[in-house]
Amino acid sequence: MKNLPMPTGKDIRHALLTGLWFMFLTFPLLVIKVDPAEQSVTWRWANLVWVGGVSAAVALACRLLAAYRAARVERLRRLPDQTAPQPKLPLLFRPERLLPLGTLAMLFFLAFPLVFSTYQVNIMTTALMYVILGLGLNIVVGFAGLLDLGYVAFYAVGAYTYGLLHLHFNLGFWIALPIGGLLGALFGILLGFPVLRLRGDYLAIVTLGFGEIIRLVLENWGAFSQGPSGIADIPRPGLFGLDMTLDQSLVYQYYLTVAMALATVFVVNRLRHSRIGRAWFALREDEIACQAMGIDKTAIKLTAFALGAAWAGMAGVLFAAKTTFINPASFTFLESAIILCIVVLGGMGSIAGVVLAALILMLLPEYLRALAEYRMLVFGAVLVVMMIVRPRGLMSPPRQTYSPSR
Amino acid sequence: MEYFLELLFSGLTRGAIYALIALGYTMVYGIIGLINFAHGEMYMIGAFTALIVSSVLSIYGLPLPAILVLAALAAAIWAGAYGFTVERLAYRPLRDAPRLAPLISAIGMSIFLQNYVLLAQTSDFVPFPSLVPEFAFLEPYGAIVDSSGLTILAVSTLVMTALTLLIKFTRTGKAMRATAQDRKMALLVGINVDRIISLTFVTGSALAAVGGLLIASHIGQINFAIGFIAGIKAFTAAVLGGIGSIPGAVLGSFVLGLTEAFATGYVSSDYEDVFAFSLLVLILIFRPAGLLGKAATEKV
Amino acid sequence: MSHAQFFLFGLAALAFSACVAETSLASEPIKIGFAGSLSGDLAPYGLPPLKAVQLVVKEINARGGIQGRPVELLVEDDACKPELATNSATKLVAGGVKAVIGHICSGPTKAALPIYQAAKVLVISPSATSSLLNRDGEYPFFFRTIAADDVQAAAQVDFALQTLKAGKIAVLHDKGDYGKGLAEFAKSLIERSGKAQVVLFEGITPGAVDYSAVVQKIKRSGAEAVLFGGYHPEASKLVGQMRQKRLATPFVSDDGVKNDTFIKVAGKDAEGVYATGPADASDNSVTKAYQEKFRQAEGTNPGAFFDNAVAAALALTNAIAKAGSTDPEAMARILHSEEVATPFGPIKFDAKGEPVGIGVTLYQARDGQFVQVR
Repeated sequence: MKNLPMPTGKDIRHALLTGLWFMFLTFPLLVIKVDPAEQSVTWRWANLVWVGGVSAAVALACRLLAAYRAARVERLRRLPDQTAPQPKLPLLFRPERLLPLGTLAMLFFLAFPLVFSTYQVNIMTTALMYVILGLGLNIVVGFAGLLDLGYVAFYAVGAYTYGLLHLHFNLGFWIALPIGGLLGALFGILLGFPVLRLRGDYLAIVTLGFGEIIRLVLENWGAFSQGPSGIADIPRPGLFGLDMTLDQSLVYQYYLTVAMALATVFVVNRLRHSRIGRAWFALREDEIACQAMGIDKTAIKLTAFALGAAWAGMAGVLFAAKTTFINPASFTFLESAIILCIVVLGGMGSIAGVVLAALILMLLPEYLRALAEYRMLVFGAVLVVMMIVRPRGLMSPPRQTYSPSR
Repeated sequence: MEYFLELLFSGLTRGAIYALIALGYTMVYGIIGLINFAHGEMYMIGAFTALIVSSVLSIYGLPLPAILVLAALAAAIWAGAYGFTVERLAYRPLRDAPRLAPLISAIGMSIFLQNYVLLAQTSDFVPFPSLVPEFAFLEPYGAIVDSSGLTILAVSTLVMTALTLLIKFTRTGKAMRATAQDRKMALLVGINVDRIISLTFVTGSALAAVGGLLIASHIGQINFAIGFIAGIKAFTAAVLGGIGSIPGAVLGSFVLGLTEAFATGYVSSDYEDVFAFSLLVLILIFRPAGLLGKAATEKV
Repeated sequence: MSHAQFFLFGLAALAFSACVAETSLASEPIKIGFAGSLSGDLAPYGLPPLKAVQLVVKEINARGGIQGRPVELLVEDDACKPELATNSATKLVAGGVKAVIGHICSGPTKAALPIYQAAKVLVISPSATSSLLNRDGEYPFFFRTIAADDVQAAAQVDFALQTLKAGKIAVLHDKGDYGKGLAEFAKSLIERSGKAQVVLFEGITPGAVDYSAVVQKIKRSGAEAVLFGGYHPEASKLVGQMRQKRLATPFVSDDGVKNDTFIKVAGKDAEGVYATGPADASDNSVTKAYQEKFRQAEGTNPGAFFDNAVAAALALTNAIAKAGSTDPEAMARILHSEEVATPFGPIKFDAKGEPVGIGVTLYQARDGQFVQVR
């Protein structure tokens, strides 16, 4: 970075004021620690100095960066050649890059278990399950623009489908997988009907309520779901009745999840360009205009809920097979929020973006373990910073255009 | 009959608790249309600040009424400062971003603030002193009405009235309403929109902090996670009443609190939340904009 | 990257992973694992056991290890979540541990056990109390140094019926795995005894801002004793609101409540509350020694499940030493047959892996601490 601007007096004053403000802000919580039972107070003044110093430094850096950017924009504007810069497609969207990049990614995922330990493979399986969940929710939120805060309910439906089918009828993974998907879709429609009239944030709260209702019923209706003690010993997926060691089974499950994720990417991509997909986009952009174009709003809203939920149902079956134990505590609102973060962070409606965001968000806490207790603090901060830096997500897809004739 | 009265009071207490938090939710939503998930954390930070200040003061031997007032003041000031800072850092840069970006930023802020308090203070539950004095005149009704519950009820009614008056009649209130209706037009008629939005955050957070003090003193303990659960309930209440409407938030809170109390009393507390959320779904099906919300007719 | 390059890269990676996998040496350390909730809101239950195990391991290594081999401790955090526990378990197994002390919560233990059993790794939990865990001996390598839920519920019910002579009992729980499991045992035991009736069986919502409706319901039910299954935050709120509403019904709870935090948080309302917990070990010399070591290292009193984890670590290291190997069958044989001195006195394990010698005792909060009820 050349031409880095020098800090002016104004910048320094701003930085100092920011430092002082944060010292004031964090004073009671960071400095004072009381033990009410012992009636003793500890004053931790060192923290105050740290907060002041660090926040002043960060403020200064941000300001300089902003000044540098402004200067660059100004320079570019003054350039004699006034050709407006061609809007460039982001790296990953250029058609000529798609094939080599895709192949490379494929090879990476295929070779992954050969290179890394079972533990890493396990983590990656989890991350890939969130890829499926993210893509599923992307249908509802990203494509159709319906804000769903209770997506985890369908995940729970899928997981319990497998758990209960195994418990009562001793059915295996491969039968449970389609049933889980179907039941997910059914519940999606069940949720879809009452909320057809609702918009925006009213829709959000009702879906949140729906998610909580499903979890609470699983928790309290012990006769049906075994309540909070959950269902244990759910078998891992089988492969033509072969006996597998634990390691083999985990690797097998990894490849299974890779295949599922690929299938999801394929289907969601096809859906996007289909008649339904275009109808979803129309719905997202303008509900009234969409209706005026003669699109059956009810039908496409319900399809969005059903198809989105179907993926969550299947991901739930995978989840049950992976952890071999499920209980309602795994399906809280926070889980829905994380999946929503994946969709928004990836760029609403962007498939590659959602895949990338799922991998980042799910692997981040694992690799942040070095930060120990600061892990979740950093995770929260990263969410905020990423949103500010890229409010449209990592990859906001360019608007799709279709030429009239092929 | 006595059982009914007991449940009624218990429901009203719960409702008043939700109302204190829901008011801030609804104010912020009304003005910038953001579900501020970090609002519950303001309630938590307020409670912690109040705990710290009151403990320090009680070690220095101040009388209880002075401690109560100073702790409430400190909680309001600092939570207001946190609200102001959070808006500046996490929401203002996203004001023109797509609708969901600030929502995710708010979720991130909520996770951040919870862990910040966890690291700065403790992960354990800590006892909270009962700062609200026992009222002697309530002694005969002690089994039904308790003084902290009654205080919460009184304060939330007072705050609602004050807020309604503020928004209806003062200049700031008018500016708030104008900003809520149309930010660009408000700017054109000379309203400092940034200042009004900041002010809304500060007021909402300060209210949540006072709520934090009262509620913590009612239940006697706090930890870093209390904001999230209470926040979701308060949000539900705000939507139930019609989000953006101040009387709506209070009405929604009481409906929610009473539903939970009577569901517990006459059915089972196993399903109290199921009742609460089912009621929400039902009401929104028949009144898609909540109890007191105005159904916006969209013009094309 | 061309095909040839990729192929070479793959080969190099394979060779590397092969190198890391197995290097066997005679004085190679004995690896044991610890897994439990070290972060999140249940961290206060996981950190003291970790400290306990670390103390025991340090001491053994200072003495020159077990038969000349040092003990190496691998630590994993499951945050008390089943889905993370399976990851922790695979990581420990991949890391080559021969035995694991953990997990702390029952749910994660249930999720992780199949992985350990498949890898033949011995597991001793210091705190997972779910009665379903032992599977009637179906998992031969599972042990624990804490009494199971059914034993604890029996002690509570016994106390309520015999000592309190309650004819009407309200059984409450926090809707959680631990609390509801305990409450269900208590309910069926009361019903089977025929001496009392369960007038109320309900779950309260953890984290709720007010419990007065439930308290009114308890009052109306006319219960002469309240049995509560769950953890201390809900217990202290519930007791606090009961006392606020002038309800002096005896309150009997479990070892999730029998700790200093409950007394600290509930304050004067804690007085008179009964809670079950592992037998009082404060006079035991082993207990005193380890608690003193903890105090020297940390400056505070050890927290929940510390003694149980010391017992687990002592039993495990004793079994490795006596068996002369880390063969799980040999270790299990020693655990079943030979008594070892622990904070709870000499203990061994029955055929299902349940501890023999760690009973359940009833305590009452008096003057700011839990004392044994005779």
